[in-house]
Amino acid sequence: MHYSPTPLHIPDGFLSIYVAIVFWIVTLMLVVYALKRVNQDLGERQVPLMGVLAAAIFAGQMLNFAVAGGTSGHMLGATLATILLGPWAAILVMTCVVGVQALIFQDGGLLALGANIFNMAIIGVSVSYFAYRTVQKLAGGKPWGLYVGGFAAAWLAVFVAALATALELAISGTSPANIALPTMGAVHALIGIAEGLITIGALAFLAAVRPDLVKRNKAEVPAGRVVWLVGLVIALGLAVLSPLASSHPDGLEWVAEQQGFIGLAQSPLYEIIPDYAFPGISSEAVATIVAGLLGTTLVFVVALGLAYSRRKRSSPVES
Amino acid sequence: MHVHFLDPYKPRPSLIHAFDPRVKLVLALAFILAVALTPIGAWPVYVLLFAVIVSVVMLSELGVGYVLKRSALALPFVLAAVPILFTAQGVPLLAVPVGPWTLTITVEGLQRFITILLKSWLSIQMAIVLAASTPFPQLLVAMRAVRMPRLIVAVVGLMWRYLFVMVDEVLRLLRARTARSGDPGLPGARVGGSLAWRARVTGGMAGNLLVRSFDRGERIYAAMAARGYDGEVRTFALPPIPTGQRLILGIGLAVLLLLVMLGYLV
Repeated sequence: MHYSPTPLHIPDGFLSIYVAIVFWIVTLMLVVYALKRVNQDLGERQVPLMGVLAAAIFAGQMLNFAVAGGTSGHMLGATLATILLGPWAAILVMTCVVGVQALIFQDGGLLALGANIFNMAIIGVSVSYFAYRTVQKLAGGKPWGLYVGGFAAAWLAVFVAALATALELAISGTSPANIALPTMGAVHALIGIAEGLITIGALAFLAAVRPDLVKRNKAEVPAGRVVWLVGLVIALGLAVLSPLASSHPDGLEWVAEQQGFIGLAQSPLYEIIPDYAFPGISSEAVATIVAGLLGTTLVFVVALGLAYSRRKRSSPVES
Repeated sequence: MHVHFLDPYKPRPSLIHAFDPRVKLVLALAFILAVALTPIGAWPVYVLLFAVIVSVVMLSELGVGYVLKRSALALPFVLAAVPILFTAQGVPLLAVPVGPWTLTITVEGLQRFITILLKSWLSIQMAIVLAASTPFPQLLVAMRAVRMPRLIVAVVGLMWRYLFVMVDEVLRLLRARTARSGDPGLPGARVGGSLAWRARVTGGMAGNLLVRSFDRGERIYAAMAARGYDGEVRTFALPPIPTGQRLILGIGLAVLLLLVMLGYLV
Protein backbone atom coordinates (compact mmCIF):
# COMPACT_ATOMS: atom_id res chain seq x y z
CA MET A 1 0.00 0.00 0.00
CA HIS A 2 1.55 3.23 -1.07
CA TYR A 3 0.11 6.06 0.84
CA SER A 4 2.16 8.97 -0.35
CA PRO A 5 2.26 11.95 1.96
CA THR A 6 1.17 15.16 0.29
CA PRO A 7 3.59 17.99 0.95
CA LEU A 8 0.94 19.81 2.95
CA HIS A 9 1.19 17.55 6.00
CA ILE A 10 3.74 19.22 8.28
CA PRO A 11 5.62 16.67 10.43
CA ASP A 12 6.59 17.40 14.02
CA GLY A 13 9.77 19.37 14.50
CA PHE A 14 9.16 21.77 11.64
CA LEU A 15 6.93 24.18 13.52
CA SER A 16 8.12 26.18 16.49
CA ILE A 17 6.33 25.32 19.70
CA TYR A 18 4.58 28.70 19.83
CA VAL A 19 3.18 28.40 16.31
CA ALA A 20 2.07 24.82 16.97
CA ILE A 21 0.26 25.70 20.20
CA VAL A 22 -1.42 28.83 18.83
CA PHE A 23 -2.77 26.82 15.88
CA TRP A 24 -3.95 24.04 18.18
CA ILE A 25 -5.96 26.53 20.24
CA VAL A 26 -7.47 28.35 17.24
CA THR A 27 -8.30 25.07 15.49
CA LEU A 28 -9.89 23.54 18.59
CA MET A 29 -12.14 26.56 19.03
CA LEU A 30 -13.25 26.51 15.40
CA VAL A 31 -13.86 22.75 15.38
CA VAL A 32 -15.92 22.94 18.57
CA TYR A 33 -18.01 25.70 16.96
CA ALA A 34 -18.45 23.59 13.82
CA LEU A 35 -19.58 20.69 16.04
CA LYS A 36 -22.26 22.90 17.54
CA ARG A 37 -23.48 24.00 14.11
CA VAL A 38 -23.57 20.44 12.77
CA ASN A 39 -25.57 19.35 15.80
CA GLN A 40 -28.23 21.88 14.83
CA ASP A 41 -28.22 21.31 11.08
CA LEU A 42 -27.83 17.60 10.51
CA GLY A 43 -29.52 15.97 13.47
CA GLU A 44 -29.05 12.33 14.33
CA ARG A 45 -27.88 10.97 11.00
CA GLN A 46 -24.69 13.00 11.27
CA VAL A 47 -22.49 10.33 12.90
CA PRO A 48 -22.97 7.51 10.35
CA LEU A 49 -22.98 9.85 7.35
CA MET A 50 -19.90 11.84 8.37
CA GLY A 51 -18.04 8.72 9.47
CA VAL A 52 -18.53 6.98 6.14
CA LEU A 53 -17.77 10.12 4.14
CA ALA A 54 -14.57 10.68 6.11
CA ALA A 55 -13.59 7.08 5.33
CA ALA A 56 -14.42 7.64 1.65
CA ILE A 57 -12.36 10.84 1.43
CA PHE A 58 -9.45 9.15 3.20
CA ALA A 59 -9.63 6.21 0.79
CA GLY A 60 -10.27 8.52 -2.16
CA GLN A 61 -6.82 10.04 -1.77
CA MET A 62 -5.52 6.83 -3.32
CA LEU A 63 -7.30 7.78 -6.54
CA ASN A 64 -4.66 9.22 -8.82
CA PHE A 65 -3.95 9.76 -12.47
CA ALA A 66 -0.72 10.20 -14.41
CA VAL A 67 0.17 13.82 -15.05
CA ALA A 68 3.66 13.94 -16.48
CA GLY A 69 7.14 12.74 -15.65
CA GLY A 70 6.11 10.14 -13.12
CA THR A 71 4.07 12.53 -11.01
CA SER A 72 0.40 12.02 -10.46
CA GLY A 73 -2.59 14.06 -9.41
CA HIS A 74 -4.50 13.15 -6.25
CA MET A 75 -7.87 13.93 -4.90
CA LEU A 76 -7.72 15.85 -1.62
CA GLY A 77 -11.43 16.19 -1.09
CA ALA A 78 -12.06 19.37 0.89
CA THR A 79 -13.92 20.99 -1.99
CA LEU A 80 -16.14 17.99 -2.76
CA ALA A 81 -16.94 17.60 0.92
CA THR A 82 -17.91 21.29 1.10
CA ILE A 83 -20.17 21.11 -1.96
CA LEU A 84 -21.88 17.90 -0.83
CA LEU A 85 -22.17 18.48 2.92
CA GLY A 86 -22.04 22.21 3.49
CA PRO A 87 -19.17 23.96 5.26
CA TRP A 88 -19.69 22.92 8.89
CA ALA A 89 -19.99 19.19 8.34
CA ALA A 90 -17.14 19.39 5.79
CA ILE A 91 -14.86 20.95 8.42
CA LEU A 92 -15.61 18.06 10.78
CA VAL A 93 -15.12 15.41 8.09
CA MET A 94 -11.79 16.88 7.01
CA THR A 95 -10.71 17.23 10.65
CA CYS A 96 -11.32 13.50 11.15
CA VAL A 97 -9.46 12.65 7.94
CA VAL A 98 -6.39 14.74 8.82
CA GLY A 99 -6.48 13.54 12.43
CA VAL A 100 -6.49 9.86 11.49
CA GLN A 101 -3.75 10.45 8.92
CA ALA A 102 -1.55 11.88 11.68
CA LEU A 103 -2.47 9.56 14.55
CA ILE A 104 -2.39 6.26 12.68
CA PHE A 105 -0.29 6.78 9.58
CA GLN A 106 2.13 9.46 10.82
CA ASP A 107 1.20 11.59 7.85
CA GLY A 108 1.82 14.89 9.59
CA GLY A 109 2.89 15.37 13.19
CA LEU A 110 0.81 15.27 16.36
CA LEU A 111 2.00 18.61 17.72
CA ALA A 112 1.68 20.06 14.23
CA LEU A 113 -1.81 18.56 13.90
CA GLY A 114 -3.48 21.81 14.95
CA ALA A 115 -1.81 23.66 12.09
CA ASN A 116 -2.46 20.79 9.66
CA ILE A 117 -6.16 20.70 10.50
CA PHE A 118 -6.25 24.47 10.16
CA ASN A 119 -4.66 24.35 6.70
CA MET A 120 -6.59 21.44 5.25
CA ALA A 121 -9.92 21.48 7.06
CA ILE A 122 -10.53 25.09 7.96
CA ILE A 123 -8.73 26.93 5.15
CA GLY A 124 -9.58 24.22 2.64
CA VAL A 125 -13.29 24.30 3.42
CA SER A 126 -13.82 28.02 3.98
CA VAL A 127 -11.87 29.03 0.87
CA SER A 128 -13.69 26.36 -1.17
CA TYR A 129 -17.00 27.64 0.12
CA PHE A 130 -16.14 31.24 -0.65
CA ALA A 131 -15.01 30.50 -4.22
CA TYR A 132 -17.84 28.06 -4.99
CA ARG A 133 -20.60 30.30 -3.68
CA THR A 134 -19.22 33.36 -5.43
CA VAL A 135 -19.06 31.67 -8.82
CA GLN A 136 -22.53 30.15 -8.32
CA LYS A 137 -23.97 33.58 -7.56
CA LEU A 138 -22.28 35.00 -10.66
CA ALA A 139 -23.56 32.15 -12.81
CA GLY A 140 -27.09 32.70 -11.55
CA GLY A 141 -28.05 29.02 -11.52
CA LYS A 142 -26.68 28.19 -14.97
CA PRO A 143 -25.03 24.76 -15.20
CA TRP A 144 -21.55 26.16 -15.88
CA GLY A 145 -21.57 27.62 -12.36
CA LEU A 146 -21.24 24.13 -10.94
CA TYR A 147 -18.14 23.26 -12.96
CA VAL A 148 -16.37 26.61 -12.96
CA GLY A 149 -17.21 27.02 -9.28
CA GLY A 150 -15.93 23.54 -8.47
CA PHE A 151 -12.68 24.07 -10.35
CA ALA A 152 -12.07 27.53 -8.87
CA ALA A 153 -12.84 26.29 -5.36
CA ALA A 154 -10.55 23.27 -5.63
CA TRP A 155 -7.66 25.23 -7.13
CA LEU A 156 -7.91 28.13 -4.72
CA ALA A 157 -8.23 25.84 -1.68
CA VAL A 158 -5.04 23.94 -2.54
CA PHE A 159 -3.13 27.10 -3.44
CA VAL A 160 -4.13 29.07 -0.35
CA ALA A 161 -3.53 26.10 1.96
CA ALA A 162 -0.02 25.79 0.49
CA LEU A 163 0.68 29.47 1.08
CA ALA A 164 -0.53 29.10 4.65
CA THR A 165 1.77 26.11 5.18
CA ALA A 166 4.73 28.07 3.82
CA LEU A 167 3.91 31.04 6.05
CA GLU A 168 3.69 28.82 9.13
CA LEU A 169 7.10 27.34 8.31
CA ALA A 170 8.50 30.82 7.78
CA ILE A 171 7.18 32.15 11.08
CA SER A 172 8.65 29.09 12.78
CA GLY A 173 12.06 29.99 11.38
CA THR A 174 12.23 26.66 9.54
CA SER A 175 12.12 27.93 6.00
CA PRO A 176 12.83 31.47 4.79
CA ALA A 177 9.70 33.19 3.50
CA ASN A 178 11.28 34.42 0.28
CA ILE A 179 12.08 30.83 -0.73
CA ALA A 180 9.27 28.79 0.84
CA LEU A 181 6.36 30.93 -0.35
CA PRO A 182 7.13 31.07 -4.08
CA THR A 183 8.17 27.40 -4.16
CA MET A 184 5.16 26.06 -2.28
CA GLY A 185 2.88 28.42 -4.19
CA ALA A 186 4.20 27.40 -7.61
CA VAL A 187 4.15 23.65 -6.91
CA HIS A 188 0.64 23.76 -5.53
CA ALA A 189 -0.66 26.02 -8.27
CA LEU A 190 0.07 23.02 -10.52
CA ILE A 191 -1.26 20.42 -8.07
CA GLY A 192 -4.38 22.59 -7.76
CA ILE A 193 -5.06 22.23 -11.48
CA ALA A 194 -5.11 18.44 -11.15
CA GLU A 195 -7.34 18.73 -8.10
CA GLY A 196 -9.65 21.09 -9.98
CA LEU A 197 -9.92 18.74 -12.97
CA ILE A 198 -10.77 15.79 -10.72
CA THR A 199 -13.38 17.93 -8.98
CA ILE A 200 -14.98 18.80 -12.34
CA GLY A 201 -15.05 15.10 -13.26
CA ALA A 202 -16.62 14.19 -9.94
CA LEU A 203 -19.23 16.95 -10.20
CA ALA A 204 -20.10 15.93 -13.77
CA PHE A 205 -20.61 12.37 -12.58
CA LEU A 206 -22.69 13.43 -9.60
CA ALA A 207 -24.82 15.81 -11.69
CA ALA A 208 -25.62 12.94 -14.06
CA VAL A 209 -26.18 10.17 -11.48
CA ARG A 210 -27.40 11.90 -8.36
CA PRO A 211 -28.42 15.43 -9.32
CA ASP A 212 -30.17 15.76 -5.96
CA LEU A 213 -26.81 15.70 -4.19
CA VAL A 214 -25.30 18.66 -6.05
CA LYS A 215 -28.42 20.59 -7.04
CA ARG A 216 -30.24 20.82 -3.75
CA ASN A 217 -27.53 23.24 -2.73
CA LYS A 218 -26.46 21.86 0.56
CA ALA A 219 -23.97 24.68 0.52
CA GLU A 220 -26.75 27.14 1.23
CA VAL A 221 -26.88 26.93 5.00
CA PRO A 222 -27.90 29.56 7.51
CA ALA A 223 -24.94 31.68 8.61
CA GLY A 224 -23.00 30.36 5.63
CA ARG A 225 -22.27 34.03 5.15
CA VAL A 226 -19.79 33.82 8.03
CA VAL A 227 -17.88 31.01 6.34
CA TRP A 228 -17.99 32.90 3.05
CA LEU A 229 -16.48 35.94 4.77
CA VAL A 230 -13.83 33.86 6.55
CA GLY A 231 -12.89 32.28 3.22
CA LEU A 232 -12.68 35.70 1.57
CA VAL A 233 -10.54 37.09 4.39
CA ILE A 234 -8.17 34.11 4.39
CA ALA A 235 -7.80 34.09 0.60
CA LEU A 236 -7.33 37.85 0.38
CA GLY A 237 -5.13 38.01 3.46
CA LEU A 238 -2.74 35.35 2.21
CA ALA A 239 -2.77 36.77 -1.31
CA VAL A 240 -1.69 40.15 0.05
CA LEU A 241 0.53 38.90 2.84
CA SER A 242 2.49 36.38 0.79
CA PRO A 243 4.19 38.71 -1.70
CA LEU A 244 4.78 41.16 1.14
CA ALA A 245 6.38 38.50 3.29
CA SER A 246 8.50 37.10 0.48
CA SER A 247 9.81 40.49 -0.64
CA HIS A 248 10.38 41.72 2.91
CA PRO A 249 11.59 38.70 4.82
CA ASP A 250 12.69 41.15 7.52
CA GLY A 251 9.15 41.28 8.82
CA LEU A 252 9.13 37.57 9.47
CA GLU A 253 12.69 37.62 10.67
CA TRP A 254 11.55 40.13 13.19
CA VAL A 255 8.89 37.72 14.39
CA ALA A 256 11.49 34.97 14.57
CA GLU A 257 13.74 37.27 16.54
CA GLN A 258 10.89 37.95 18.89
CA GLN A 259 10.66 34.20 19.35
CA GLY A 260 14.35 34.00 19.95
CA PHE A 261 13.77 36.67 22.50
CA ILE A 262 11.10 34.54 24.13
CA GLY A 263 13.58 31.69 24.15
CA LEU A 264 16.09 33.94 25.92
CA ALA A 265 13.46 35.02 28.37
CA GLN A 266 13.22 31.42 29.51
CA SER A 267 16.88 31.19 30.37
CA PRO A 268 16.43 32.50 33.94
CA LEU A 269 16.38 28.76 34.70
CA TYR A 270 20.08 29.23 34.30
CA GLU A 271 20.19 31.63 37.19
CA ILE A 272 18.19 29.41 39.52
CA ILE A 273 20.80 26.68 39.39
CA PRO A 274 24.13 28.30 38.59
CA ASP A 275 27.46 26.55 38.26
CA TYR A 276 27.25 24.27 41.25
CA ALA A 277 24.31 22.22 39.97
CA PHE A 278 26.30 20.10 37.56
CA PRO A 279 29.92 20.50 38.54
CA GLY A 280 32.23 19.49 35.76
CA ILE A 281 29.53 19.72 33.09
CA SER A 282 30.42 23.25 32.20
CA SER A 283 31.47 22.73 28.63
CA GLU A 284 29.03 21.36 26.14
CA ALA A 285 31.43 18.76 24.77
CA VAL A 286 31.78 17.12 28.16
CA ALA A 287 28.03 17.27 28.67
CA THR A 288 27.46 15.57 25.34
CA ILE A 289 29.89 12.80 26.23
CA VAL A 290 28.23 12.31 29.62
CA ALA A 291 24.81 12.24 27.92
CA GLY A 292 26.11 9.73 25.40
CA LEU A 293 27.41 7.47 28.17
CA LEU A 294 24.16 7.77 30.12
CA GLY A 295 22.11 7.07 27.02
CA THR A 296 24.20 4.06 26.05
CA THR A 297 23.87 2.69 29.57
CA LEU A 298 20.09 3.11 29.45
CA VAL A 299 19.81 1.36 26.10
CA PHE A 300 22.18 -1.38 27.27
CA VAL A 301 20.17 -2.00 30.45
CA VAL A 302 16.94 -2.16 28.45
CA ALA A 303 18.47 -4.59 25.97
CA LEU A 304 19.82 -6.76 28.78
CA GLY A 305 16.47 -6.74 30.57
CA LEU A 306 14.68 -7.66 27.36
CA ALA A 307 17.05 -10.51 26.55
CA TYR A 308 16.66 -11.82 30.09
CA SER A 309 12.86 -11.66 30.05
CA ARG A 310 12.75 -13.31 26.62
CA ARG A 311 14.85 -16.19 27.87
CA LYS A 312 12.60 -16.58 30.87
CA ARG A 313 9.55 -16.49 28.63
CA SER A 314 10.85 -19.05 26.18
CA SER A 315 12.42 -21.46 28.67
CA PRO A 316 9.15 -22.94 30.01
CA VAL A 317 8.22 -23.75 26.43
CA GLU A 318 11.44 -25.65 25.92
CA SER A 319 11.28 -27.63 29.13
CA MET B 1 -8.66 -8.27 -2.04
CA HIS B 2 -8.75 -6.83 1.42
CA VAL B 3 -6.61 -4.17 2.96
CA HIS B 4 -6.50 -5.14 6.60
CA PHE B 5 -2.74 -4.80 6.24
CA LEU B 6 -3.32 -1.05 6.20
CA ASP B 7 -3.73 -1.18 9.97
CA PRO B 8 -0.35 -0.32 11.52
CA TYR B 9 -1.14 -2.16 14.77
CA LYS B 10 1.27 -5.01 15.38
CA PRO B 11 0.43 -7.33 18.27
CA ARG B 12 3.48 -8.21 20.41
CA PRO B 13 3.78 -9.58 23.95
CA SER B 14 5.65 -6.46 25.05
CA LEU B 15 5.62 -4.16 28.04
CA ILE B 16 4.70 -1.16 25.88
CA HIS B 17 1.73 -3.00 24.37
CA ALA B 18 0.46 -3.85 27.84
CA PHE B 19 0.38 -0.19 28.97
CA ASP B 20 -2.94 1.50 29.49
CA PRO B 21 -3.73 3.40 26.27
CA ARG B 22 -4.38 6.61 28.20
CA VAL B 23 -0.95 6.48 29.85
CA LYS B 24 0.63 5.72 26.49
CA LEU B 25 -1.10 8.57 24.64
CA VAL B 26 -0.25 11.14 27.31
CA LEU B 27 3.38 10.00 27.57
CA ALA B 28 3.79 9.96 23.79
CA LEU B 29 2.37 13.48 23.50
CA ALA B 30 4.54 14.64 26.41
CA PHE B 31 7.63 13.19 24.71
CA ILE B 32 6.84 15.00 21.46
CA LEU B 33 6.21 18.20 23.41
CA ALA B 34 9.51 17.77 25.26
CA VAL B 35 11.33 17.29 21.96
CA ALA B 36 9.70 20.45 20.63
CA LEU B 37 10.67 22.42 23.75
CA THR B 38 14.33 21.37 23.66
CA PRO B 39 16.32 24.36 22.39
CA ILE B 40 18.38 24.43 19.21
CA GLY B 41 21.81 22.88 19.58
CA ALA B 42 21.29 21.27 23.02
CA TRP B 43 23.02 18.13 21.78
CA PRO B 44 23.36 16.31 25.15
CA VAL B 45 19.60 16.43 25.64
CA TYR B 46 19.01 15.13 22.12
CA VAL B 47 21.37 12.24 22.85
CA LEU B 48 19.37 11.39 25.97
CA LEU B 49 16.03 11.75 24.18
CA PHE B 50 17.38 9.47 21.47
CA ALA B 51 18.36 6.91 24.11
CA VAL B 52 14.83 7.12 25.52
CA ILE B 53 13.17 6.52 22.16
CA VAL B 54 15.56 3.67 21.27
CA SER B 55 14.74 2.06 24.62
CA VAL B 56 11.02 2.46 24.02
CA VAL B 57 11.33 0.99 20.51
CA MET B 58 13.29 -1.97 21.87
CA LEU B 59 10.86 -2.51 24.74
CA SER B 60 7.96 -2.48 22.31
CA GLU B 61 9.56 -5.42 20.42
CA LEU B 62 8.34 -3.92 17.16
CA GLY B 63 11.79 -4.20 15.65
CA VAL B 64 14.16 -1.28 15.25
CA GLY B 65 14.19 -1.82 11.48
CA TYR B 66 10.42 -1.55 11.19
CA VAL B 67 10.32 1.74 13.08
CA LEU B 68 13.29 3.14 11.15
CA LYS B 69 11.69 2.23 7.84
CA ARG B 70 8.42 3.88 8.73
CA SER B 71 10.16 6.95 10.12
CA ALA B 72 11.52 7.67 6.63
CA LEU B 73 7.99 8.90 5.89
CA ALA B 74 8.81 12.40 7.10
CA LEU B 75 11.95 12.58 4.95
CA PRO B 76 10.52 14.34 1.87
CA PHE B 77 9.53 17.25 4.04
CA VAL B 78 13.16 17.85 4.98
CA LEU B 79 13.47 19.69 1.65
CA ALA B 80 11.50 22.53 3.20
CA ALA B 81 14.23 23.07 5.79
CA VAL B 82 17.22 22.94 3.42
CA PRO B 83 17.24 26.68 2.58
CA ILE B 84 17.77 27.49 6.26
CA LEU B 85 21.32 26.10 5.87
CA PHE B 86 22.24 29.07 3.72
CA THR B 87 19.98 31.86 4.87
CA ALA B 88 20.56 31.82 8.63
CA GLN B 89 22.78 34.66 9.79
CA GLY B 90 26.01 33.58 11.41
CA VAL B 91 29.57 32.42 11.12
CA PRO B 92 30.26 31.10 7.61
CA LEU B 93 31.33 27.48 7.59
CA LEU B 94 31.46 26.30 4.01
CA ALA B 95 30.98 27.95 0.63
CA VAL B 96 29.31 25.91 -2.08
CA PRO B 97 29.58 27.30 -5.60
CA VAL B 98 26.34 26.71 -7.48
CA GLY B 99 26.64 28.03 -11.01
CA PRO B 100 27.16 31.78 -10.89
CA TRP B 101 26.32 32.02 -7.15
CA THR B 102 28.12 30.95 -4.04
CA LEU B 103 25.96 29.61 -1.26
CA THR B 104 27.43 29.88 2.20
CA ILE B 105 26.51 27.39 4.88
CA THR B 106 26.62 29.03 8.28
CA VAL B 107 27.27 27.35 11.61
CA GLU B 108 23.94 28.64 12.92
CA GLY B 109 22.14 27.38 9.82
CA LEU B 110 23.68 23.95 10.15
CA GLN B 111 22.79 23.79 13.84
CA ARG B 112 19.21 24.76 13.16
CA PHE B 113 18.89 22.32 10.25
CA ILE B 114 20.23 19.35 12.23
CA THR B 115 18.02 20.28 15.18
CA ILE B 116 14.92 20.29 12.96
CA LEU B 117 15.91 16.93 11.49
CA LEU B 118 16.47 15.41 14.93
CA LYS B 119 13.23 16.81 16.31
CA SER B 120 11.12 15.46 13.50
CA TRP B 121 12.90 12.09 13.55
CA LEU B 122 12.52 11.61 17.33
CA SER B 123 8.87 12.71 17.28
CA ILE B 124 7.81 10.50 14.39
CA GLN B 125 9.37 7.42 16.00
CA MET B 126 7.30 7.96 19.13
CA ALA B 127 4.16 8.41 17.02
CA ILE B 128 4.96 5.17 15.18
CA VAL B 129 5.39 3.22 18.41
CA LEU B 130 2.10 4.64 19.72
CA ALA B 131 0.15 3.64 16.59
CA ALA B 132 1.84 0.25 16.21
CA SER B 133 1.45 -0.81 19.85
CA THR B 134 -2.13 0.34 20.48
CA PRO B 135 -5.21 -1.15 18.78
CA PHE B 136 -7.43 1.58 17.38
CA PRO B 137 -10.40 1.01 19.72
CA GLN B 138 -8.02 1.56 22.64
CA LEU B 139 -6.81 4.78 21.06
CA LEU B 140 -10.43 5.89 20.92
CA VAL B 141 -10.69 5.21 24.66
CA ALA B 142 -7.57 7.31 25.21
CA MET B 143 -9.00 10.10 23.05
CA ARG B 144 -12.12 10.14 25.20
CA ALA B 145 -10.00 10.22 28.34
CA VAL B 146 -8.13 13.34 27.20
CA ARG B 147 -11.50 15.07 26.71
CA MET B 148 -11.79 15.05 22.95
CA PRO B 149 -15.34 16.06 21.92
CA ARG B 150 -17.54 12.95 22.05
CA LEU B 151 -19.00 13.51 18.62
CA ILE B 152 -15.55 13.67 17.01
CA VAL B 153 -14.54 10.43 18.74
CA ALA B 154 -17.75 8.79 17.53
CA VAL B 155 -17.21 9.94 13.94
CA VAL B 156 -13.56 8.83 13.99
CA GLY B 157 -14.65 5.46 15.40
CA LEU B 158 -17.17 4.97 12.62
CA MET B 159 -14.67 6.22 10.07
CA TRP B 160 -12.19 3.58 11.19
CA ARG B 161 -14.82 0.85 10.98
CA TYR B 162 -15.62 1.68 7.36
CA LEU B 163 -12.17 2.80 6.27
CA PHE B 164 -11.22 -0.66 5.10
CA VAL B 165 -14.53 -1.11 3.31
CA MET B 166 -14.00 2.17 1.46
CA VAL B 167 -10.39 1.36 0.62
CA ASP B 168 -11.60 -1.95 -0.82
CA GLU B 169 -14.10 0.08 -2.82
CA VAL B 170 -11.27 2.28 -4.15
CA LEU B 171 -9.19 -0.75 -5.03
CA ARG B 172 -12.13 -2.15 -7.01
CA LEU B 173 -12.46 1.16 -8.87
CA LEU B 174 -8.72 1.20 -9.61
CA ARG B 175 -8.79 -2.40 -10.81
CA ALA B 176 -11.69 -1.63 -13.12
CA ARG B 177 -9.74 1.26 -14.60
CA THR B 178 -6.61 -0.85 -15.00
CA ALA B 179 -8.67 -3.53 -16.75
CA ARG B 180 -9.76 -0.86 -19.23
CA SER B 181 -6.08 0.06 -19.77
CA GLY B 182 -5.97 3.42 -18.11
CA ASP B 183 -3.40 2.41 -15.49
CA PRO B 184 -1.22 5.33 -14.40
CA GLY B 185 1.02 3.17 -12.22
CA LEU B 186 3.18 1.44 -14.83
CA PRO B 187 6.29 3.45 -15.61
CA GLY B 188 6.95 3.73 -19.32
CA ALA B 189 3.61 2.24 -20.23
CA ARG B 190 1.37 4.32 -22.42
CA VAL B 191 -1.62 5.73 -20.62
CA GLY B 192 -4.79 6.28 -22.55
CA GLY B 193 -6.39 9.54 -23.49
CA SER B 194 -5.52 13.17 -22.95
CA LEU B 195 -4.66 14.63 -19.57
CA ALA B 196 -8.11 16.19 -19.24
CA TRP B 197 -9.74 12.87 -20.13
CA ARG B 198 -7.68 10.99 -17.54
CA ALA B 199 -8.56 13.61 -14.92
CA ARG B 200 -12.24 13.31 -15.81
CA VAL B 201 -12.15 9.53 -15.48
CA THR B 202 -10.51 9.85 -12.06
CA GLY B 203 -13.08 12.48 -11.12
CA GLY B 204 -15.83 10.10 -12.15
CA MET B 205 -14.31 7.47 -9.91
CA ALA B 206 -14.20 9.94 -7.02
CA GLY B 207 -17.83 10.88 -7.64
CA ASN B 208 -18.78 7.21 -7.79
CA LEU B 209 -16.99 6.60 -4.48
CA LEU B 210 -18.88 9.47 -2.85
CA VAL B 211 -22.26 8.27 -4.16
CA ARG B 212 -21.56 4.78 -2.85
CA SER B 213 -20.51 6.17 0.53
CA PHE B 214 -23.66 8.32 0.72
CA ASP B 215 -25.79 5.26 0.05
CA ARG B 216 -23.81 3.25 2.57
CA GLY B 217 -24.17 6.02 5.14
CA GLU B 218 -27.95 5.94 4.70
CA ARG B 219 -28.01 2.15 5.08
CA ILE B 220 -25.86 2.32 8.19
CA TYR B 221 -28.11 4.96 9.66
CA ALA B 222 -31.18 2.84 8.93
CA ALA B 223 -29.51 -0.18 10.54
CA MET B 224 -28.52 1.85 13.59
CA ALA B 225 -32.03 3.35 13.88
CA ALA B 226 -33.50 -0.17 13.67
CA ARG B 227 -31.37 -1.10 16.67
CA GLY B 228 -32.58 1.81 18.75
CA TYR B 229 -30.14 4.57 17.85
CA ASP B 230 -31.59 7.94 18.84
CA GLY B 231 -28.75 10.30 17.99
CA GLU B 232 -27.12 9.98 21.39
CA VAL B 233 -23.60 8.54 21.43
CA ARG B 234 -23.39 6.29 24.46
CA THR B 235 -20.14 4.89 25.76
CA PHE B 236 -19.04 2.67 28.62
CA ALA B 237 -17.49 4.33 31.65
CA LEU B 238 -13.70 4.23 31.51
CA PRO B 239 -12.03 1.76 33.88
CA PRO B 240 -9.67 3.30 36.45
CA ILE B 241 -5.95 3.43 35.64
CA PRO B 242 -4.00 0.95 37.81
CA THR B 243 -1.72 2.50 40.45
CA GLY B 244 1.43 1.07 38.93
CA GLN B 245 0.64 2.72 35.61
CA ARG B 246 -0.11 6.01 37.32
CA LEU B 247 3.35 5.78 38.87
CA ILE B 248 4.92 5.16 35.47
CA LEU B 249 3.02 8.13 34.06
CA GLY B 250 4.32 10.36 36.86
CA ILE B 251 7.90 9.16 36.53
CA GLY B 252 7.80 9.50 32.74
CA LEU B 253 6.50 13.07 32.90
CA ALA B 254 9.09 13.98 35.57
CA VAL B 255 11.96 12.57 33.51
CA LEU B 256 10.80 14.47 30.42
CA LEU B 257 10.50 17.70 32.42
CA LEU B 258 14.02 17.14 33.76
CA LEU B 259 15.36 16.60 30.25
CA VAL B 260 13.76 19.80 28.97
CA MET B 261 15.19 21.76 31.91
CA LEU B 262 18.59 20.24 31.23
CA GLY B 263 18.27 21.56 27.70
CA TYR B 264 18.21 25.12 28.99
CA LEU B 265 21.06 24.49 31.43
CA VAL B 266 23.80 23.11 29.18
